[in-house]
Parts: sequence; C-alpha cells; structure tokens
Amino acid sequence: MNFEYKVEGGDFTNAGSTSSIVKKMMKQLGVHPDIVKRTVVALYEAEVNIVAHANRGVIYVDLDENKVHIKLEDEGKGIPDIDQAMQKGYSTASPEVREMGFGAGMGLPNIKSNTDELKISSVVGKGTTVEITNYFNK
Amino acid sequence: MESFHHALNFKYDLCIGCSHCTSVCPTGAIHIENGSPMLDSNRCVDCGRCYLACPVNAIYIEQDDFQTIYNYKCPVVLIPSIFSAQFPEKISQGAVLSAIYHLGFKYVYEVEKSVDLMKEVIKEQILNSEREKPIISSFCPAIVRLIQVKYPSLVPNILPMRTPLDLTTLYIRKRLTDQGIPAEDIGIFYVTPCAASIAAVKSPVGEEKMPVEGVINMNYLYNKVFRVIKEGVYKLREDEFDFHPISQNSLYFTLTGGEIKDIDVGRNLAIDEIHNVSEFLEKLEDEDIDNIDYLELRACDESCAGGILCAGNRFLIEDRQLKRAQGKPKTVTPEENKLLNYFPYLRENLKVGKVSPRSMDKLDDNIAVAMRKMKRSFEINEDLPQVDCRICGYQTCKAFSEAIVNNEADVRQCIFVQRILEQTDKLTTPEALKLMRKVWGEKKIEKHSIKHLDLE
Ligand code: SF4
Ligand code: SF4
Repeated sequence: MNFEYKVEGGDFTNAGSTSSIVKKMMKQLGVHPDIVKRTVVALYEAEVNIVAHANRGVIYVDLDENKVHIKLEDEGKGIPDIDQAMQKGYSTASPEVREMGFGAGMGLPNIKSNTDELKISSVVGKGTTVEITNYFNK
Repeated sequence: MESFHHALNFKYDLCIGCSHCTSVCPTGAIHIENGSPMLDSNRCVDCGRCYLACPVNAIYIEQDDFQTIYNYKCPVVLIPSIFSAQFPEKISQGAVLSAIYHLGFKYVYEVEKSVDLMKEVIKEQILNSEREKPIISSFCPAIVRLIQVKYPSLVPNILPMRTPLDLTTLYIRKRLTDQGIPAEDIGIFYVTPCAASIAAVKSPVGEEKMPVEGVINMNYLYNKVFRVIKEGVYKLREDEFDFHPISQNSLYFTLTGGEIKDIDVGRNLAIDEIHNVSEFLEKLEDEDIDNIDYLELRACDESCAGGILCAGNRFLIEDRQLKRAQGKPKTVTPEENKLLNYFPYLRENLKVGKVSPRSMDKLDDNIAVAMRKMKRSFEINEDLPQVDCRICGYQTCKAFSEAIVNNEADVRQCIFVQRILEQTDKLTTPEALKLMRKVWGEKKIEKHSIKHLDLE
C-alpha cells in the first residue's frame, strides 16, 4: 500500500503526524512492537528534520507484508557532508544553542540505529532524500 | 491467547439497547447485536466508563458472596483508605470502623499501609539508570491492561513491581501466621473501588494466583456499613479508625498526583482519566518525550476518588481524603505502623512476573491477510459517511469497516448504504428491516412500537 504525506517546514506543531499514522497501520498488521517502535523513532526524527531544516517535503510510505519503505524528500539547503553528519554528536549549531538542548545534530545516527537500511543523498541548495527500510521478519 | 477475566456484566433484561456504552468505550470493546451489547473480551480493560454511561444500570460489577467471609475463623478486611471518605463529615471514622467490625470482621486494615515502602521503591527505580524510562506506574490495573492491548511497545516501561494491595496482603498474612493463626483460618477480603481491580485480583497480570480470598464491591460495603450506623446497632470501639497510624503520603497516594508527591528525584508526571492517558501514551509512542522519569497514570477522573464503585461525588470524596491526610504525620514509626518492620520480607517478594503485550489492533494473525484486510477496510471506510452514528451497531464507521473485513458485519447494516441501495432497487424494505433487526433486535422496529406519535 502506498501513501503520501506533505510536510511543511517550520510546522513543529504537526511534526510526528506521519509517524503516528504509520504506527497505527503497523499495529493493525500485527508487526512486532519492537519493530514498530524502531520505525516510529526513525521516521519521527526524519520528519522533524524536514520541519527543522527544510522548506517543505513529501513522505512516501510503501507498506507491504514484509517491510515498510519510507522515502522522505525535501526541498531545502541540503547536507554538504553526509559522512560527517552521520557522526554521533555532530552538529552545525552554535555551542549556545546546543547548551539549551537544541541543535544536537540531525539525529542521523539515531535514525541509522533504528533502521535496517538507510540511504541518504543530498544536493546542497536543493534538498535531501532519506530512505528508510525496516523488515518485519528478521 | 490468555483469557481475561472481566468484572463487568450486562443485565440483558434491563438493557434498553441504547448503545451509550458502545459510544464511550476507550478501546471500542462493545458493539450492538440483536439489540444487546456484545463485549469483545480481548479489548475490554475494565475501566468502567460503560458502567457510568449506562442510563438504566444494566451493567453490574460482579463480587463474591459476602457470606463467604463467615467461612473463615479469622476474616480480615482490607479497605482502601478512600472508603472512609465516602461518608459525610458527621459520621466519625470510629463509627465507620466499628460498623465494619460489627459485620463480623476480625481485623480491619487499610491497603495503603504499604505505601511508604512503595515510595522508596519508586525512588530507587527512578535512580536506576538501567531501567527503561519513563517508568509507568503499575498501580492502576485498567492502565496496565490498556497498555497491554493498545500500546504494546510501552509494556517494557511498566514497573514490574507489586502494588500496595499485594504488599499489604502479604504483610497481613505473614503477621497473622507469625502470631500462630493457622493459614487456612485466614480469609482476606479486599474492598475495591473499581471494576479493574476486581478483574486484576481475579486474573492478576504477571502472577499466577489470586492474592486474596475474595473481593467486596465498595459500594456494597458502603451501603451495608451505612445501614449499621443508621440503625445504631454497633458498639463504638475506642480504637479509632486510625488505630493503625498511617502517614500523610499514604493517604494522598490514591488521589491524582499522590503517587509522585514528595518523590524528590527525577521529573515525574501525573495524568488521570483514561482518555487523557490514551492521548499521552499515543504521543509517547510517536515521539521522543524526553526527560520524564516516572508516570503516574490513572484510568478514573480524580483517580480512586472517582472510582466507579465510590458512593458520591468524586470532588467531595477527594476533599475529605485531603482533609484527613492533612491531619496526619509526615512519617510514622515502625511501632505505629508494624508493616515497616516487614520491609525486608516484603522486598524479597516485590517483583512480579513478566507482563506481556497482547495487542488487539491487528486484523489477522497472518500478516499478508492482515494487509489485504487493512487495504479493504480503508476502501470501505472511504465509502462510509463518517457520521459515526452507530446505527450499524459499531462505535465508528472505521470500526464498522474493520468488522466487515473480518466477516463480522454486513456493509448493508449502514443506514446510509441502505438508503443508497433502496434508490436503485438493490434492497427492498423487508430486507432493510431484517438488517436493522439484526442489529437492534425486534422491539425497536416493531410496527406497534410507536404508540404515542400521531403519524397518520
Ligand atoms: S469497562 Fe471500559 S474497556 Fe471495558 S467495555 Fe466498558 S468502557 Fe470498554
Ligand atoms: S448503555 Fe449499553 S448496557 Fe446500558 S442500556 Fe444502553 S446498550 Fe444497554
């Protein structure tokens, strides 16, 4: 089954609504709670990244009986160095901002640790595409 | 799947088939068939919302026969501290206690005697960095069940510890047998303010056997005790209700915020009423809510003061309880509360077995079939009017669409679908009536059921 959800940059109020919908569907399929949890954590982080860093984005969810594949495409400033952004604790935010608990990176390491397959590609000045795949039967 | 005991039952002879119970259930456990409510026992969490909503008291809460207390040489009653707060101020605590003795109990204890230990445990758990955070309190049995059925990924967050009820029961049994009373003579009866704790006592989550010999509906005891007091037949005992002194926090415990009160470590939150709790748990599953260490969650509005078996207004009950607590010392000594001497013993018996998730959301055991059913139910739901009128017998159009894909319902039960089919002669009036009767029974759509309306 395929679904499409739009995400607006800067709309923190509604960040997380896609992960909530995907969660409900995975529960109906009877996917193991641990896998549901991993997917929701990864998707939530990725969704918030769009809200926090991009202008807008679209989330494509492809759900079948074996896996969930989610593609998040955004229009935004992009990531110059993905390898660096994947490092734990990497952040572009100033020390002051991080002091307040914000800007703790883009959560990419967290997304990675909660996904079976993760693909990220980015064009600076245009946008970023994140692809998450989690399998139900492991 | 394990089967779950429910404390709620329907009196079908009283039921008027109004479906109010269907409408309020937080887990969608009731639908209407043949004019009567049908309970999905895997979904029900014994929260009692349906009991409160029923306009004709057609839902009753089971209890053990009170007479069984006389089968024991040493019947003990365990009452929640909120019990005495049911009575108007002019009735003294001493009168309440004396009246309970008058009914034949040998010992009367308050459940919250073990709260001081519970509080210590909560603190330790918050400080334990290995524990999955936020820790969810295991105190309210309806909440534990709600998490099992609706939020299975949060099951590991539930504190796997016994509740004050279990601990106080363990203490009483140990103390009385230590005094030389034969175990078989002891019958401990728990007076419960809610359906969920009756269900939990009868089929405890994470434990094999019932901790007490019987349960007594608090409302029933209230009426019995009130009667004794009004008749004035009891002998007022000198030892006031508080002959077992209890700490202030013990009395706050069952009120909203009382469990986390004075827990001076961590960031802790208290939420009451089951829909509020659901809303929060939904969020907790969806996103990282950081920095919360402990969640006190209660199914009833105003926590146990709003227990469905409480007599009277929950705000007045809460107020009486608060007043009583304010007059109590912050701490009590082991001489005053003997239970404190049993801490080491109770600690050894603190842990409970595994609480397992038992998700009710899945549409089929086979994921490929579940996938097909989900797809189909989405399509059906799109064609339904989204009015959630319950004429089909289900709580929402969405719930109805799921019942259809599970072959439990016929799409033509929808009144809107019926009208559409009638327009194109795909459904005759007798057929439509038959479908209506399947849901609402004979009575509501009998020709003669209209007596007062002038429809000529
Ligand atoms: S007790 Fe609660 S969960 Fe069970 S049927 Fe009634 S409203 Fe639903
Ligand atoms: S609320 Fe439920 S049990 Fe009560 S009369 Fe209506 S249908 Fe019957």
